[in-house]
Amino acid sequence: MRYAMAIDTRKCVGCSDCVVACQTENNVPVGFCRDWVVEVVDGTYPNVSIELRTERCNHCDNSPCVRCCPTGASHFEDGGIVLVDHDKCIGCGACIQACPYDARYSHPDGYVDKCTFCIHRVREGKNPACVSVCPTSCMNFGDLDDPNSKIVNVLKNRKFKSLAPEAGTKPQIFYLI
Amino acid sequence: MHSRRNFIKISSLGIGATAIAGGTIKWAVGASSKKLSGGLKSAPILKQVSTYCEVCFWKCAGWAHVTTEGQIQKITGNADDPQCNGRLCPRGTGGVGMFSDPDRLKTPLIRVTKNGEQTYREASWDEALDFIAKKMKEIAEKDGPESMALFNHGSSGKYFTQLLNAYGSNNVTAPSFAQCRGPRDTGFELTFGESVSSPEVTDIRDTRCLVLIGSHIGENMHNGQVQEMSEAIDKGATIITVDPRLSTAASKSKYWLPIKPSTDLALLLSWIHVLIYDEIYNKEYVAKYAEGFNELKEHVRSFTPEWAYGITTIKPEVIRNTAREMANAAPATIIHPGRHTSWYGDDVQRSRAIAILNALLGSWGNRGGIFFKEGIKVPDFPHPAYPKPSWSWQDTLNGRYPLAKESITNTIIEASIPAEGNTHPIKGWIVSGTNLIVSIPLKEQLMKAMQSLELLVVVDTMPMEITGYADVVLPECTYLERYDDLRATPHREPTLVLRMPAVEPMYETKPAWWIAKQIGERLGLGAYFNFTDFKEVIDWQLKQLGLSLEEMERIGVKKYARKTPVYIEPGSDHTFKTASGKIQLFSKELEEAGFDPMPKFTPHAQPEEGFYRLIYGRAPMHTFSRTANNRNLVALMPENAVWVNPQVAELWGLKKDQYVWLKNQDGVVSNFSVKVRVTERIRWDSVYIVHGFGHHHKPLTYAFGRGVNDTELITDVAIDPIMGGTGMRGNFVTFLKDEPKKEAKS
Repeated sequence: MRYAMAIDTRKCVGCSDCVVACQTENNVPVGFCRDWVVEVVDGTYPNVSIELRTERCNHCDNSPCVRCCPTGASHFEDGGIVLVDHDKCIGCGACIQACPYDARYSHPDGYVDKCTFCIHRVREGKNPACVSVCPTSCMNFGDLDDPNSKIVNVLKNRKFKSLAPEAGTKPQIFYLI
Repeated sequence: MHSRRNFIKISSLGIGATAIAGGTIKWAVGASSKKLSGGLKSAPILKQVSTYCEVCFWKCAGWAHVTTEGQIQKITGNADDPQCNGRLCPRGTGGVGMFSDPDRLKTPLIRVTKNGEQTYREASWDEALDFIAKKMKEIAEKDGPESMALFNHGSSGKYFTQLLNAYGSNNVTAPSFAQCRGPRDTGFELTFGESVSSPEVTDIRDTRCLVLIGSHIGENMHNGQVQEMSEAIDKGATIITVDPRLSTAASKSKYWLPIKPSTDLALLLSWIHVLIYDEIYNKEYVAKYAEGFNELKEHVRSFTPEWAYGITTIKPEVIRNTAREMANAAPATIIHPGRHTSWYGDDVQRSRAIAILNALLGSWGNRGGIFFKEGIKVPDFPHPAYPKPSWSWQDTLNGRYPLAKESITNTIIEASIPAEGNTHPIKGWIVSGTNLIVSIPLKEQLMKAMQSLELLVVVDTMPMEITGYADVVLPECTYLERYDDLRATPHREPTLVLRMPAVEPMYETKPAWWIAKQIGERLGLGAYFNFTDFKEVIDWQLKQLGLSLEEMERIGVKKYARKTPVYIEPGSDHTFKTASGKIQLFSKELEEAGFDPMPKFTPHAQPEEGFYRLIYGRAPMHTFSRTANNRNLVALMPENAVWVNPQVAELWGLKKDQYVWLKNQDGVVSNFSVKVRVTERIRWDSVYIVHGFGHHHKPLTYAFGRGVNDTELITDVAIDPIMGGTGMRGNFVTFLKDEPKKEAKS
């Protein structure tokens, strides 16, 4: 089992519903977020293009955050989901420095927090909150080891990229382009 | 200056030019017996309560998830609702922020004069309602009940409409007509005999070609349309977007036509020309269903793509190619009618051109074009017949705007100013759910009218700017704390949706149905509100429909099978709702009223050197001016920015994130400064800002002073002579890099 996301940049309108849904689902404190939207503008008027994409923890196979964590708070769960055990975390912030995606933040309660792929929902057979709410249905969440899953299907049939591949982290969020 | 209705700012500010009276009262601090608990953390969900969203007019069905501690943890979409398919937009998902906003109106307030200064004091409901009833009785006796008017938006309007109708007035109006969709609806009614409704009956899901003209789906989060556009992208539909700005939709389009603003009608006429003269229009459909084709053909003879190129800056081959794309996909082509269409004052004619294009392609009544709606008729709760008013809003038109099918806010406002020849004076207003200070252009007229009123009641959930002008402010509870009418808006699938309270109303707030009923009873109109709780009304209505409240509480959305066809059935004869039953390519109705029977291009004013056309629009995480204070949404976009082309920025020496003031062609300077966004996404002759920011009312503690309010810079309004729409895109602004000196006002 290997959980991953394939996000269709051709469909994303950058509305940030994923951000709001994550915040209310996971009680993310006001002023912080576990996911966010990026807009990249390219070209000069009128030959301009934009890419909109929603970003979050890449739940990397080769996770610098897990490697650098001094207490073992950052760890892998089943399906490759990277989690932070709040009780073990001492809030040192080494993982925040190590993450090439800037996906982690210091929670006001003294620990480091980030996207969990909504593991509590996934275990109930549901999609993460961001995926379930997206008005454009641009996000596909699923198991890369399941050949019949939609995510495997779209990755087979569409061009895609991942972010900062040069960091060698083997990210598990893919962007359909 | 002494005025009888000073704008009460609640606390002194030191910023802004509109400050008149000071007066400090605490904005209902401590008035509440109930408080929001600080943390929503991890209390388990106890129940899901059915609601439909009230952040915008799409009214998506959803569930409020209430914890064991009685807190609303989140709101999610109802999967059975075809208008949202279980997916709310960011505003709907963040709707709980309307409920938890610490700045909410908390108690009734009454305007008083204290030590020569006007201020508000907290009042009991009885006191506030008695005051309103007494004033309304006086107005009825002195000037007749017709002299009371209602400005409304949203679900609450219905109850105050009922109150005014029972009282003897039908002067009920809303900015949604003359300031928004009125031109579009009028243009389509003149052509097809009916409008495209709300939510729009555009079959985007199955379209093969979607043409957007200034309509920015994806930035306006009209949920169903956004979802269907995404589906259309998946299915490989061609999208053509006409916009001086690279909108989100434009960035997803096969063709982006970066048109010179204000020239859309020339492009539309040249498209009509190509369809007709290249003989690629839907001949069978036009022959069967349309009238006036020969007149139209003759009319557009000279409107070639080459002619349009000189006006629009869109190249002739692009005009021809896009016309062919539309024809190839027809009848599964939608020339989208848009929604906010009051732009340049000839907006009905532009909407007519859009309607004519749809007609030539055979879109109306065909899959992938425009479908037929169907809804459930909910029976009216029994009440006595309404008295017949001796005059109504039509009398405020004074012979103007002959084709206005709905009331026009601006003529009601005009009728509220005493003047010679004003034979139908308005003396009192109830304003429910609309912040007129931000939504209505022609501010001087609005201010004059408000100063002349004998009664101004504002009902809202938030201390919007309009509350500062009221004699009485009534705090309404939010949609999450009340029963409301069943949602039964017709669309592709007939549905009924229940809204019920997820939690008890906070503070001293009350639902609008209760407020209207209480005023009604004090006016001796109790028979029109023959229920103690609105729940009884819904219960009765559901029983008439063979349903029960218990079942609706459980399912939230009831779907029905259609009884009528969605599209024109093959081999059948469709009768359009026009007088002749045919589509009017040539409009006799317009001709008889003294207007052009077919649309013509009229050049509009262009910016002087150093000025840029002010274009405004929406961001997906905000609605009107009502979400700028919503803590669940503000972090996504705390303020608006002025979009400036890099060439223009270089010319002015403007840097990214620098704050500037905007000054318009009439010398009006923005109240606050606005951040510069240097971007290639906007034309060099225009600037763009998102509507709904620049609040100047300090009780909106978050939104206050953030960004610029576009409508304060819209002082040149081009009124559509056909139906009174207020065209707002003919304003130009320049940049002020240093804080302007404000003229002292007393």
